[in-house]
Amino acid sequence: MKKIFSYPKSLKNVPTHYCPGCGHGIAHRLVAEIVDELGIREKVIAVAPVGCAVVAYDYWDFDCCEAAHGRAAAVATGIKRARPGNIVFTYQGDGDLAAIGTNETIHAANRGENISIVFINNAVYGMTGGQLAPTTLLGQKTATTPEGRKAGSEGFPLKISEMLARLPAVKYIERVSLHSPQEVIKAKKAIKQAFLNQVNNLGFSLVEVLSACPTYWDMPAKNALDWIRDVMSKEFPLGRIK
Amino acid sequence: MAKSKILMTGNEAIALGAIDAGCRFYAGYPITPQNELTAFMAKNMPKAGGVFIQAESELAAVNMVLGASAAGARAMTSSSSPGISLKQEGISYIAGCRLPAVIVNVMRGGPGLGNIMPAQSDYFQATRSGGHGDYHCLVLAPYSVQEAYDFMFKAFALADKYRNPVMILGDGMLGQMMEPLQLSDNRKTGNQKPKTKIWMLTGCRGRKPNVVKSFYLQEGDLEKFNLTLQKEYRLIRQNEQLYEGIFLKDAKIIIVAYGTMARIAKGAVKKLRKAGKKIGLIRPISLWPFPGNIFRRLAASPKRLSFLVVEMSYGQMIEDVLLSLNGKSPVEFLGRSGGGIPSEEEIINKIKILMK
Amino acid sequence: MPKIVIQKDRCKGCLLCISFCPRGLISVDKSLNKRGVRPVKVDTKGECLGCALCALICPDCCIEVFK
Repeated sequence: MKKIFSYPKSLKNVPTHYCPGCGHGIAHRLVAEIVDELGIREKVIAVAPVGCAVVAYDYWDFDCCEAAHGRAAAVATGIKRARPGNIVFTYQGDGDLAAIGTNETIHAANRGENISIVFINNAVYGMTGGQLAPTTLLGQKTATTPEGRKAGSEGFPLKISEMLARLPAVKYIERVSLHSPQEVIKAKKAIKQAFLNQVNNLGFSLVEVLSACPTYWDMPAKNALDWIRDVMSKEFPLGRIK
Repeated sequence: MAKSKILMTGNEAIALGAIDAGCRFYAGYPITPQNELTAFMAKNMPKAGGVFIQAESELAAVNMVLGASAAGARAMTSSSSPGISLKQEGISYIAGCRLPAVIVNVMRGGPGLGNIMPAQSDYFQATRSGGHGDYHCLVLAPYSVQEAYDFMFKAFALADKYRNPVMILGDGMLGQMMEPLQLSDNRKTGNQKPKTKIWMLTGCRGRKPNVVKSFYLQEGDLEKFNLTLQKEYRLIRQNEQLYEGIFLKDAKIIIVAYGTMARIAKGAVKKLRKAGKKIGLIRPISLWPFPGNIFRRLAASPKRLSFLVVEMSYGQMIEDVLLSLNGKSPVEFLGRSGGGIPSEEEIINKIKILMK
Repeated sequence: MPKIVIQKDRCKGCLLCISFCPRGLISVDKSLNKRGVRPVKVDTKGECLGCALCALICPDCCIEVFK
């Protein structure tokens, strides 16, 4: 009997601090699987964000650098330019990438930095207690939009992937979701493509991952996945954007 | 045969000094009065096989430096006062991650947007950990174009030695003025491979993964880490105090000034000496660690001494002088800021009043 | 016959695996694990397909699949 599914080598065998049903665990695993499959564990340097995944370096078994909130793309730029032979990726949440770090994100993309970005969009700030994110849906209740997000005062959900896709130096952008095993397989394929692009020196790649936050969506885990399928992915359509 | 000298501005000398000291990564953002530095880097860093990036902001620039440093490059950034305020976030993280890096502040007037005139009003920010947290930058204050060049070698060496950010604190005057410059005999030309120290991020081939971080969530861990920083800082205080002293032996009044202000003060001291006045000068070169030992030594001598601190601010370094002297000698102050610079004449007049 | 092995003490009880098992072989255990949650358990007598859907959706890498 053969083991056909197990722990990736690049994921440390420790429990994570994530809430039950949180998508980070799946996304971490996918990244680790891809690193193993591409045989790049000894070349990869991750940039961990400020947000729920701040201690991603406790889970990934390869070199990691912390970045201040929003600055991951700048830190990754520095690492990649200093060591072009290494594989450098950032793993960022929506607040990190699309609010406080919008500037760094857009300009790293516009320079066509040869890095890969895994962008976890769960439409809410998790680490700080469920506040409004740039990607929070209209009407979605958060700690700082107790009546639900209103376009008139908080604006619309920010579609940063579509914005980035307009930049000529951007090589690859895809939006995927973790709401079912089938989607997880697609997500892995997309993230792998983003890494492969870097290995082949093709330039800036970003994969936006719709990911569940059952805790701050105030839903059981399965309902959260269904909400991605039925609601969130209507606002953030899945598929290749560029 | 005397070696030939080249003529350049302080800003360019800082940039050339950095490249000659082996710096191969520069990220910056335009701001007056340090733009010649960035332009020099844009032109010459690629020629030396290094990386030049004009970043989208000071925040991005300093964080690019953080990444490059974590990856083993000799890395630096530069700015002027308002830009340095923005860089404080990154500087705090660089200190917290224990990374070597050099940050140049060509100071201008503040607060706020202030103006683009030379000033020394960022002394507190530079020497008191300008960002959040319990840390220090080492701070060196050149007062000539030659020192602007030479101190870059020292700055990178100190940054590596203590794995700590080092700040070069100049001002608009030093940055803009031209002087002849003697190049080092130890210029590092051509490609400089990134170093591979054990803590660096190089990919985990043949070793356990490295993590560069400043986050210590478990109770007690951050305190432990901060204590290791304090241990380093004690060593730095012991070993790295730098100053220039002139006419200290028989001086009755000692002027204390650094950087551009020290040039003007030196002129005043020479004139006062010619007039037979027993005036000396201490020019702190390392602002952190502050060269407090010389002040303590002088204050302990039996003769009566007083000090005149002169700054292009309304009194910042004077606090370190007061702390060092601990009430044992009287301290007077002369300062202007916002673009005002105490002149030789103003210093001489102040001394004359004090000697009455 | 394929089978899955669940590391009970890693399980946080999100129950996503239960939703996606096409054979309905996974259920909630009655006893608490080390984390203090009721983990999932697998009916070892049932016919596991080895489809790994449970493992793919598990956020905590609790499930190993053998075929």
